[in-house]
Amino acid sequence: MLKEIRGELRSRVDGWLFRIRPAEALPVVLRQRRIFVLPTRFGVAFAFTLLVMLLTSINYNLSLGYALTFSLGGIGMVSILHAFRNLLHLEIHPAACPPVHAGTPATFTLRLRNDAGRPRTALLLSVPGGPAGTPFDIAPHENKSMAISLPTTRRGWITPGRVTLSTTYPLGMIKAWSVFAPDLRCLVYARPETPSVPIQAHGASSAGAAVGNTGKDDFVGFREYQRTDSPGHIAWRLAAKCERLLTKQFDGGDAVELELDWSDLPAALGTEERLSRLTRWTLLAEAAGIPYSLRIPGRIVQTGYGPAHRDRCLRTLALFGHRDE
Amino acid sequence: MSKRAHRSPLLTARDGMWLVLTVATTLAPHLGNLPIWLAGVATLLLAARLFVDLHRIPAPGKILLTTMAVAITVLTGVHFGELFGRAPGLALLTAFLGLKLLEARTRRDGLAVVLLCFFMQLGQFLQSQTMNTAVFTMIGVIMATSTLARLHGVANAKGSIRLAILLALQGVPLMLVLFLLFPRIQGPLWGLPGDAFAATTGLSGSMQPGSISNLVRSGEIVFRAEFSGEAPSPRLRYWRGPVLSKFDGRTWTQSNHREAKTPFYRVSGTAYSYTMTLEPNGQRWLLALEVPIGGPDQARYSSDYQLLSERPVTSRIRYSARAYPEARTGAEATEDILQEALALPDSDNPRARRLGQNLRQRHDAPRMRITALLEQFRESALIYTLNPPLLGNNPVDEFLFDTRRGFCEHFASAFVFIARAAGVPARIVTGYQGGEQNPVDHSIVVRQSDAHAWAEVWLKGHGWVRVDPTAESSPSRIDDGIRTALAGEVDLPFVIRADFDWLQAARYRWEAANNAWNQWVLGYDPRRQRLLLNLLGLDSTDWRQLTFVIFLLSLLIVATLMRWVYARPSDCDELDRSWRKLCAILARAGVERMHNEGPLDFSRRAATLRPDLANQLEQIGSLYAFLRYGLRGPDDLQKRTTLKKLVDELGKQ
Repeated sequence: MLKEIRGELRSRVDGWLFRIRPAEALPVVLRQRRIFVLPTRFGVAFAFTLLVMLLTSINYNLSLGYALTFSLGGIGMVSILHAFRNLLHLEIHPAACPPVHAGTPATFTLRLRNDAGRPRTALLLSVPGGPAGTPFDIAPHENKSMAISLPTTRRGWITPGRVTLSTTYPLGMIKAWSVFAPDLRCLVYARPETPSVPIQAHGASSAGAAVGNTGKDDFVGFREYQRTDSPGHIAWRLAAKCERLLTKQFDGGDAVELELDWSDLPAALGTEERLSRLTRWTLLAEAAGIPYSLRIPGRIVQTGYGPAHRDRCLRTLALFGHRDE
Repeated sequence: MSKRAHRSPLLTARDGMWLVLTVATTLAPHLGNLPIWLAGVATLLLAARLFVDLHRIPAPGKILLTTMAVAITVLTGVHFGELFGRAPGLALLTAFLGLKLLEARTRRDGLAVVLLCFFMQLGQFLQSQTMNTAVFTMIGVIMATSTLARLHGVANAKGSIRLAILLALQGVPLMLVLFLLFPRIQGPLWGLPGDAFAATTGLSGSMQPGSISNLVRSGEIVFRAEFSGEAPSPRLRYWRGPVLSKFDGRTWTQSNHREAKTPFYRVSGTAYSYTMTLEPNGQRWLLALEVPIGGPDQARYSSDYQLLSERPVTSRIRYSARAYPEARTGAEATEDILQEALALPDSDNPRARRLGQNLRQRHDAPRMRITALLEQFRESALIYTLNPPLLGNNPVDEFLFDTRRGFCEHFASAFVFIARAAGVPARIVTGYQGGEQNPVDHSIVVRQSDAHAWAEVWLKGHGWVRVDPTAESSPSRIDDGIRTALAGEVDLPFVIRADFDWLQAARYRWEAANNAWNQWVLGYDPRRQRLLLNLLGLDSTDWRQLTFVIFLLSLLIVATLMRWVYARPSDCDELDRSWRKLCAILARAGVERMHNEGPLDFSRRAATLRPDLANQLEQIGSLYAFLRYGLRGPDDLQKRTTLKKLVDELGKQ
């Protein structure tokens, strides 16, 4: 709780201090006003060493000692400018951020454009809550795509928030950084239910529960492969994905499409569990190659098939209860 | 600590080698000043680190390292008898730097090693602040800085060294501002350890056979004097040091003397004024040219006519003084001083005593006795040499009548002994004689090899009169200096031997440079700073004004550097450079571009003239025209690189 308050406070202070607007349109160009510099822990240690050296020089009247101390001081000061220059005029362009399922990290890709004839050395991209990145270089005139990944827990939209581009080049005494909140968002689909429950949906034409003669017509779901099952009914595509054999189960009748309906699910399931299950089923249906439709309160996705249709369904599920955009 | 260390990236083997190189350049100048065993240990530690990195074996564990640290500390304590002096301090730091290097695993450790290196580079100045040291330190700083760059992501070696040099050069203006304007305070701020300034060679305040000739073997500079106007001739250049009056049969020691803030004599005659730069000698004597007036602010005059400083000279000092070679001293000498100058041990050197008594009987006037004694010296055909035979219990007798070979201390000692035996008050003066004039900057440089001992006799009505018995046997010692007098004796320090003229010319130049270095870099002290500030119209006591000026100048420097930070050499500049280079190459080959010729026409014409290069030339021409005037495309960068490469290849053909 306290941590949350502190985090909130900090982001507000940062927002005010570094003039971060909630989200800004890319590209962002790093100019003087957005680049900040501060000494690092090592920079402070270096300054302290210089102080000791200065006192020693005074005490022993070491003229060359002064010269050495001051030239190291000069180097330290110039390294501020180098750190600043390492970020100056970099441009940040947006790139792709493909949707992911909750639980797998979201990846935001930014394109960093170095228009200058000099390389940019040891840059680091980071987001609060993201993993510690590894430093990278950008060659002169290079356009470099860098990904930042963020863990996801909930379905819906996720934004990277404050992204920090920092560097401790050249000597590690100074950290130069720039914070920006790019106008990027990544769609997080609901987490597919695991373990998966066989699809219990009715075909589009027949109403009622999906129980009955296990015939060849109406697809009702999957079950574990049994030796007696016809090889023609094995869901080979799924087998490749799940590494286990599943047999397609068909109900009598001639319906060849599925209706994934919110209201068909057991009443005991909560909202998120329902969405989770429907997400899984969408994936299963798509994998099985059977056209399907989706029906949830307030939204209906008509029968269809294919990646675009799947994405539409997943998106609808992901944004259930959100103000859709 | 350990948690944090885990987060710090681990050092690679290559990082380790950079650290070893940095520590090696830092410690190399120290090794000569360390006890030999410790120098060995430090070298071994470096080698161990290198071995660990090369063979990727685990570094020694904490227990072993701690044991080594304790053992080295104990040994250092035993070696020096203490731990808190300058020498043991530097020795310990050296050892710890080596141990830390061996132990370093993460980047944090590496950074600590570099910081310690910076400090050790400063520590080196406690031993020496010569130009060589400065150059060595510069190399060390560049190494350490490029190691830092390397530890922070600059991957290639050349790049990191180039970066370090760039940083150092860009830091120079700020360094100069601070060096010149940062308020200089006369140290020390706190008590220095007793050995802060190690014993230096030089006159010791006592003399026995061999003490001066040992000194002469050193080419070390004692002081430099710059005369405003003509320098006195070599035979007038007697720089007075300790006066020795007490004799126990073998060793001469200093006379009893008093000190005052005003001289014990009045001066007259020709005056020579000069500025003296005295190297630290750990003693109080200021080695002024006879007869001195002036000196540093707190100078004292002694009753035996030395110029003394208030405290031992532990750092190079510079002051001006005047000399009056013709002035008389000692006309009013008191009885106790004369008694001391007549005293002889009870019984030794019988032959010398007899000689003295003879002189006394033959001549009434003391002056005549001295003249006769000098005559005797001349007739004895004594040989002036740096390597006299060892003398026994009656050194004066043996020197004068048997071996007849001696150095100035033998001459002076024998002369004073006999003069006393003849009833003439006499004493020995040690100091330096002559010195050579540097033809480059005209300063007179006096070295330990110019150390000399001469005599003074007291004559009624004249006071103390200088007599140099060495001059009787070896006049060239006084007129031409020790180099000529001892030419051929190989023991002389290499730098002062007479037989290498070209070497001597180089040496003069080097020493003039050294002198300038000492005066303007090392000698930049509170006094000099005051002079500079006054020259600039600044008030040296107003620190607020000074701070403001430093701040202003720093701002100016930063503003200038900012122009570099913001400079964006456009792509066209690079393109033009390549094109200009091509034009220059072709012009050298006899194909000059005409002003009305575009790139395509020009390259086509050049291609017809040089069919062997036609392909390349036409390619370059079209690439340039495209990049210069065409639409921008995604592969511009690649084309630009191709163009540059083609032109460069052409340049090599």
